Amino acid sequence: MLRFAYLLIAAMVCLAPAHAQEGGLNALLETHRAKIEKPSRTTISPVLEELVDSQLPSVAVFLEQWREKGVWQRKSDGRFFFVKKTDNGQLMLIDADTGAEAGLADQSELTNLNPNSGVRAVIAAALVQFQLSDPDPARRLQALTALARDANQSHLSILQESVEEEIDPHIKARKERLLRLLEIKFGSDQATRVAAIESFAGDPGVDARAALNPLVATSVKVFDAQPEGVNVARTLTPGSDIEPGVAYQLLVDAGKARPIVPLAERKRALIANIKDGAVAGIPVAELASQEARDRAYLALAASGAVPALVSRDEQRSAVASQVFAEVYSEPDPALTTAARETLSDISGTVGFYRFVSLALDGLSLASIYFLAAIGLAITFGVMGVINMAHGEFIMIGAYTGYVVQQFIPNYTVSILVALPLAFAVAFMAGVALERLVIRHLAHRPLETLLATFGVSIALQQIAKNIFGTQARPLTSPSWLDGAWALNDVVSVSYIRIAIFVLAVVFMGLLLFILKRTRLGLEIRAVTQNPRMASSMGINPDRINMMTFGLGSGIAGIAGVAIGLFAKVTSELGSGYIVQSFMTVVVGGVGNIWGTLAGAGMIGSLQKVIEFFNPSNTLAAQTYMIIFIIIFIQFRPKGIIALKGRAAGD
Amino acid sequence: MNFTTKLRIAGAAAFITTTVLTHAAYAQEETIKIGVLHSLSGTMAISETTLKDTMLMLIEQQNAKGGVLGKKLEAVVVDPASDWPLFAEKARELMTVQNVDVMFGCWTSVSRKSVLPVIEELNGLLFYPVQYEGEESSKNVFYTGAAPNQQAIPATDYFLEELGVEKFALLGTDYVYPRTTNKILEQYLKDKGIAAEDIFVNYTPFGHSDWSKIVADVVALGADGKKVGVISTINGDANIGFYKELAAAGISADDIPVVAFSVGEEELSGLDTTNLVGHLAAWNYFQSADSPINAEFIKEWKAFAGEARVTNDPMEAHYIGFNMWVNAVEAAGTTDVDAVRTAMYGQKFPNLTGTEAEMLPNHHLTKPVLIGEIQADGQFSIVSQTEPVPGDAWTDFLPESAVLESDWKELGCGMYNTETKTCVQLNSNY
Amino acid sequence: MQQRSLFARQPSVLIFISLLAVFTIVITVLSEGFGLGLVSTSFIKILGKTLCLCLIAIAMDLVWGYCGILSLGHFAFFGLGGYMIGMWLMYERTKDIVITSLAGAELPATAEEIREGIGTQIFGVVGGAEIPLVWYFADSLFAQLALVVLVPGLLALVFGWLAFRSRVTGVYLSILTQAMTLALSLYLFQNDSGLRGNNGLSGLQNIPGLTHLPQSVVSVWFFLASAFALGAGYLLAAWVVSGKFGNVIRAIRDDETRIRFMGYPVEAYKLVVFTLTAVIAAIAGALYYPQAGIINPAEIAPIASIYLAVWVAIGGRGRLYGAVIGAATVSLLSSWFTGGQAPSIPLGFYTINWVDWWQVLLGLGFVLVTLFMPKGIGGLFDRLVRKDAA
Repeated sequence: MLRFAYLLIAAMVCLAPAHAQEGGLNALLETHRAKIEKPSRTTISPVLEELVDSQLPSVAVFLEQWREKGVWQRKSDGRFFFVKKTDNGQLMLIDADTGAEAGLADQSELTNLNPNSGVRAVIAAALVQFQLSDPDPARRLQALTALARDANQSHLSILQESVEEEIDPHIKARKERLLRLLEIKFGSDQATRVAAIESFAGDPGVDARAALNPLVATSVKVFDAQPEGVNVARTLTPGSDIEPGVAYQLLVDAGKARPIVPLAERKRALIANIKDGAVAGIPVAELASQEARDRAYLALAASGAVPALVSRDEQRSAVASQVFAEVYSEPDPALTTAARETLSDISGTVGFYRFVSLALDGLSLASIYFLAAIGLAITFGVMGVINMAHGEFIMIGAYTGYVVQQFIPNYTVSILVALPLAFAVAFMAGVALERLVIRHLAHRPLETLLATFGVSIALQQIAKNIFGTQARPLTSPSWLDGAWALNDVVSVSYIRIAIFVLAVVFMGLLLFILKRTRLGLEIRAVTQNPRMASSMGINPDRINMMTFGLGSGIAGIAGVAIGLFAKVTSELGSGYIVQSFMTVVVGGVGNIWGTLAGAGMIGSLQKVIEFFNPSNTLAAQTYMIIFIIIFIQFRPKGIIALKGRAAGD
Repeated sequence: MNFTTKLRIAGAAAFITTTVLTHAAYAQEETIKIGVLHSLSGTMAISETTLKDTMLMLIEQQNAKGGVLGKKLEAVVVDPASDWPLFAEKARELMTVQNVDVMFGCWTSVSRKSVLPVIEELNGLLFYPVQYEGEESSKNVFYTGAAPNQQAIPATDYFLEELGVEKFALLGTDYVYPRTTNKILEQYLKDKGIAAEDIFVNYTPFGHSDWSKIVADVVALGADGKKVGVISTINGDANIGFYKELAAAGISADDIPVVAFSVGEEELSGLDTTNLVGHLAAWNYFQSADSPINAEFIKEWKAFAGEARVTNDPMEAHYIGFNMWVNAVEAAGTTDVDAVRTAMYGQKFPNLTGTEAEMLPNHHLTKPVLIGEIQADGQFSIVSQTEPVPGDAWTDFLPESAVLESDWKELGCGMYNTETKTCVQLNSNY
Repeated sequence: MQQRSLFARQPSVLIFISLLAVFTIVITVLSEGFGLGLVSTSFIKILGKTLCLCLIAIAMDLVWGYCGILSLGHFAFFGLGGYMIGMWLMYERTKDIVITSLAGAELPATAEEIREGIGTQIFGVVGGAEIPLVWYFADSLFAQLALVVLVPGLLALVFGWLAFRSRVTGVYLSILTQAMTLALSLYLFQNDSGLRGNNGLSGLQNIPGLTHLPQSVVSVWFFLASAFALGAGYLLAAWVVSGKFGNVIRAIRDDETRIRFMGYPVEAYKLVVFTLTAVIAAIAGALYYPQAGIINPAEIAPIASIYLAVWVAIGGRGRLYGAVIGAATVSLLSSWFTGGQAPSIPLGFYTINWVDWWQVLLGLGFVLVTLFMPKGIGGLFDRLVRKDAA
């Protein structure tokens, strides 16, 4: 009975929307049920306007719930509710208008409203007026985010009012900035707008540029004489500023010149005019060249059967008789001038920060290469052997991290466990490889390359057989989520920073081991002259084994790091192996500083080339390798050449 | 010296005997053989092994139902090892040495292009289950994945209409599918009034992992005040690094939405999706699709392959393709390729999302287009679903393809020029 | 005199050539195309390709086993050879198709229209339509055949000159050659390289002008050609290593510095061997890819060249027949194990599927051969031959 009454009211609401509030929220929703069930960004605005205009107190809550996908619809009668989970798995329905409980229902009796993100943005914009002065700072921030995405004229005054009341200094600053942005877009007073524009000088924020750039947007227009009454950016000289062909096409589009007959159309015309196996007296068989076709077309044109071609001279004179100019779509020159000057000032700042960002990217890439290559550099330097299975030690480290996460669900703890464990596992794998294979090939370095290659493909396939071919997740702890952002141009993700720190730590650790410990002394001795070292009582076999284990262990650590920011698959290591070799060779063998220099050079070089050719990353890699090949011509022993055994061969 | 000679002759003889024996042995078989041509090693194994497992499951189920034409089905699994020439070699081997009646296989376009000349020469039959760039219709291939008009175009429309995107970043792996799809999309966007300078295109190598700069470039696109959207045709495991970087940069789907054509449940299982909620994917199937057949299929799959496994779109394509083939064989009463091919046209089979798939004379299916938002649990929440769209072999948005048509039933041609009214060629481009 | 001394010094040459001839004739007689139909076309293709791999293995043996340069880049030359011949095959085949399809048009086709048609057909799938400049000679078989030799030869000459001149040796040289291969394959992976990027050139098994012949016949022709090339390559390699030149390069392998001090232009010798083997590799590639049907940049990936070195090591380097044995054994085994014909071994708790375990077996095989059979399989023959002689 009550429902009937609601329906009745709803019907009245349709007739008299001004009195909508009388029927309550549910009736209003009922009116727009179809549009709320299947909302679209383009059709939902009137519904939202009506909801907001009704000034019902429950509208804000409803909109918020709707945006957060908290609104459910009962299948039987199409009514909308909020829900609350109960202990027995059923859902408690809550009336959207009154907030009262409205009975239990099974999940199967309900459908969850799932507005897409376009609709959610529109809802968020409608919510702004409710949230902007909300006591909860989180809501106010939400409103600001929504405003930054999608604002309109009406928001300007609301924002202006709320700025004055704002107490939180951080939010106040954001509001003020947003206000200036809105003033640029929607302000009515020229002086305020110019002031707002100029206040952004040197500001690298994307939002500032996003507000300013539309002001200086131009389009090319054609005028009979010098343009007047429009805001001209510059006049264009055909031939130097604008292609004559493009200019002529503009004339055609403006209806000021005859269209050029395109090739395909001319061909169609020829076909249409075939008579008795000939076109304009020229036999079809002879039309096998463009020249012959042109002749036939001209003959047809002369007879008036087809439109005549536009000659070059005609085009040129037509273009010359007109004035072409870039015209701002914004009519006020004061604004465009201010915007242009501010933008050129911003572009200087942005250029600087872009350089900083590039340098940081290069540094980050270099630290990854360094971690991946340093283990290789040590073994290569001390033992003179190439370990093709190095990449697989990286992979082993990454999989160790994955396995640890299966047992320790806390990501922070698991990473802390995984790092030493990865080192240990890879260390043991390295020692095993050294004892079983490499030791027996001590005097045949090139054959070590082949044997370790065999180990590499066997390990890869074994990993596939154990872990499957799918990529495995290695998730970083949540405090490594996100990025450190200086501004909209410079930002580095925390994972990359962590990898950088890891690289620095390991470099320090290695330097310490090599320069300050007994083991390091012995390693350096073996590196420089193994025979002399062994005659001084150093056991080179033991040193080789320890070195190999150390190098492999660091590869294991690198595996965890790489797994955190990329992927864990059985092919993870092979992607880094060639790069690692090049890092070692470019830097110079057997020297930590050399590897550092090599990684730094390769990392920054790759980024610089990418910078010049942003649409093709592959090309960047190719050019980098070619550069390395040429570089090695001049410094065959790398940037920092070593004396001793490695230098001997 | 004598010994070496003997050994060599023995070796040669051994090769020959093996070949002869294999010939003889297979002549006596009573089963219907199905070739499974998916990479089990190499870079593509990550995606293709799942499809091999799917085929084994479907064949096992069909055998439990009594097989086809009263004979049991037998799967012949080979490993082309993500090595494209090997696909051609293995396909020839399957058809001439193992004498399979039909093949299910391939993932990348280049592997399909490698197999095409062989199956067209030997008149074989291949079911290709992956969404692809179109511009092809071979007499011997049934394309059960999406053509561009069944995935890329509807997703772009969604961007334009539902999300109001005005500036597009087309990011892709550098190979044929992204190249062709992006070419079609660029033309489509221009037709829709998007200026050329508002379309940013970038290609990265397979397995690319260093995404920071590209993500930063995309963010910088917003500088002229237009809403930016990313259309990603990034393939395979490169996606993991891309999404991790995206999440780290804090790019919300509300600011810069990303729609992916090659990211499904399988790829998402390799990463934590809490920071990716709201980004999109367009497919013809999602595991989250709400239908009884789908629930049944997922249950069987988990029982067959393991509880942790997920289902995805190419699996559905194999499911439809395999069942249609079974029905066509039953209808034709033989496994003869030409008879089965004729029986395939107009075959209907319920798909897993609750509508019906139909095989068209251009060897493509009708498929509904689903758009899903990524959820925190690695599944997709479906935000848009269309009625089944007929697959178009030749796109209407490129002038040179718009005039082409494929109809193997009436015209007997996969590349028919409607302007000149001639069949351009009977074989495919490869 | 020279001939006699060649066979006398290299007794394996005569045996090898006659064995190869017998093998070729037997297979041809048993083939589907020309004889009894006992050997399937697909196996003929596998054999033909294997012969090409044997030929590049000989080149590898020459440069590594005899001259001591462990090049990890010879597959780049192999692939380039394939690309050069592939361009002609693809262009001409497409041209035939385009001309046939345009023959039905109302107006006879102009040269531009044919070119445009070819461009759309070849490059349509990779999002282009223009025929790039590198295809300039693609319509001439003669020019492309010349390029098969010239392009890889020149690349080897320039690269070798740069590398040897600055005395890059040993492991450094290996890595440098590997970098070259990687750069080339990455370059070709780009769509803008004009060679269809990742897709590469495909449909190469259809020989323009011979499309009326079935593949069973074409495959035998290519098999014969590959056998002939292998025989000729073997002869050439044997001749090179048996003379004074051979002695010098072996000496360079054993002690480069000493030879340099004796006044030999070591760099020139190395450069000659490097370039010569690059050309042999390119010819092998030009024969291989029409049988494989498709060439793409993945073929040139660095791992392929490492495999090549492994084949030679397994077969036994420093012996030409060793290279042949190594390449043939590994590639045929590989093809058998991945073909699904190898029976699975059920162990009760676990079933060994060879598709899954073949790579493991292969990898461990490399390790064991390097550890315990430093002279490879060829070394076993040596031992047997010695016993025989004694």
